[in-house]
Amino acid sequence: MIDREQVLHVAKLARLRLTDDEVERMPAELSKILDHIEKISELDLDGVEPTSHVIGLENVLREDEPAESLPRERALEQAPDAAPDGFRVPSPGS
Amino acid sequence: MTDPALMTGARAAAAVDAGELSASELFELYRARSAAEELGAYLWVAEDAPETSGPLGGVPLAVKDLFCVEGVPSQAASRVLDGYRPPYTSTAVRRLIDAGATVLGKTNMDEFAMGSSNENSGFGPVRNPWDETRVPGGSSGGSAAAVAAGLAPWAIGTDTGGSIRQPAALSGIVGMKPTYGAVSRYGMIAFASSLDQAGPLTRDVTDAALLLRHMVGRDPMDSTSVGLPEPIELPTAERLDGVRLGVPPELTGEGVEPGVREVFERALALAEELGANLVEIGLPHSPHGIAAYYVIAPAEASANLARYDGVRFGPRLGDGDLASLYEETRAAGFGDEVKRRIMIGTYALSSGYYDAYYGQAQKVRTKIADDFRQAFEQVDLVITPTSPTVAFKLGERTADPLAMYLSDYCTVPMPLAGIPAISLPGGLSDGLPVGIQLAGPAFSEQRILDVAHALEQAIGFGGAPWQRVGA
Repeated sequence: MIDREQVLHVAKLARLRLTDDEVERMPAELSKILDHIEKISELDLDGVEPTSHVIGLENVLREDEPAESLPRERALEQAPDAAPDGFRVPSPGS
Repeated sequence: MTDPALMTGARAAAAVDAGELSASELFELYRARSAAEELGAYLWVAEDAPETSGPLGGVPLAVKDLFCVEGVPSQAASRVLDGYRPPYTSTAVRRLIDAGATVLGKTNMDEFAMGSSNENSGFGPVRNPWDETRVPGGSSGGSAAAVAAGLAPWAIGTDTGGSIRQPAALSGIVGMKPTYGAVSRYGMIAFASSLDQAGPLTRDVTDAALLLRHMVGRDPMDSTSVGLPEPIELPTAERLDGVRLGVPPELTGEGVEPGVREVFERALALAEELGANLVEIGLPHSPHGIAAYYVIAPAEASANLARYDGVRFGPRLGDGDLASLYEETRAAGFGDEVKRRIMIGTYALSSGYYDAYYGQAQKVRTKIADDFRQAFEQVDLVITPTSPTVAFKLGERTADPLAMYLSDYCTVPMPLAGIPAISLPGGLSDGLPVGIQLAGPAFSEQRILDVAHALEQAIGFGGAPWQRVGA
């Protein structure tokens, strides 16, 4: 179950501005999904190791050597507001 | 000579190599057809093909919009990436181009690969060429429809919970999800990083083997990538003598509609005639796969999609402070399903809920992988239907997200365990294709392709839309 207040809180954490309609719809919609996924809490999995990587690779390392990277102007090409040497954003404000 | 439009990719590549077919004429045939298509399969079609050389003979390739291709729109079918043209090419596409493929176009998909019907695209749905009132499956729905309709000889897609295999099944073609890490994820727009894998969608099993052969390999740009023990060979097997196929009641019984079960049982009988031994095996935790998946995938997605904030790429909305820029850009850019998954994932990872959701789901994942490990001590491969139903009607499941999620019931356990699986057409139910799924242990791609090839010959599937159009 997830209620209206929790939906608004989670939306804030996720930086999503919800419309009034979404705020109305989401508690019921998400609760139905959560009811289904909460079924896994009924399983007794004490002592089971959680999967962190399916193939079991560990510590993939390489030499720390400088290599070519994307030129700055190429990386900035797709920015909605590029400054000469960075991404421009408004002030974080108060 | 055979009509070039009726050739598989491998056959066309061989014809180009033998000087019987011009690569540029073949490209023009598919380009014209794709530019004029009305299924909604493509989001972008190339105007011309660069010169290529290599074993793939310049045969045109349809590429899911999830793959970055330098200078070409690569939007993951999301409005939040509207107009994005990446400055680099994904490793999977790069390797295929280096082997002689030419990029024909970018195919439609569910936004950020979140969906099972292609109805979640930010650019409109895709129609199934077998019946245009039905969905082609998803999320690689555009790639599947393009191959099935003869708009491309072959295509690539990505699979997180079934997004290659399920649309392949619903569209009557072959689709393969390799072992996690077999194909580099570099330049593949991330959905759920512990699950995402690229793979081929093709007219037959041989084409799947040929594309896969050129896609796989360790890539320094993806530290989770691993090399296969041997190069993929084109399959030639016609018999299945001594092959042990495991049939799990959990994925073949309840919930599988009767028409699908009938085709599946016919495929089992054919496998036995070819010499295979059928063994009942248990996958007792697989029924919990959907629940675990719909914690893990949204949790990882909520983190991966944090980067779409209107700062580095895509459109920017909001005037005022930085927080409203983020919030308005994301509110306008993401569709309903993507928002739902970001909400579920953020909730599941939020303080106080982590252990109950994500932690528990990762334990379920361990149990699902253990089930497969035990099964593979008794059998070589596991066989199931790919989808519990045939292609459903457009709009049929859009109002009920949970019903949509259950479309992935038979395909979700394999990516949770990281193992490879293929879907091949098994026959028709009421005129609509049914997929048969074969799954094997990690790095058993060759075995899967060989068995799928033998089964494909015995099934003799025909009458697909691409076989009816011609040049």
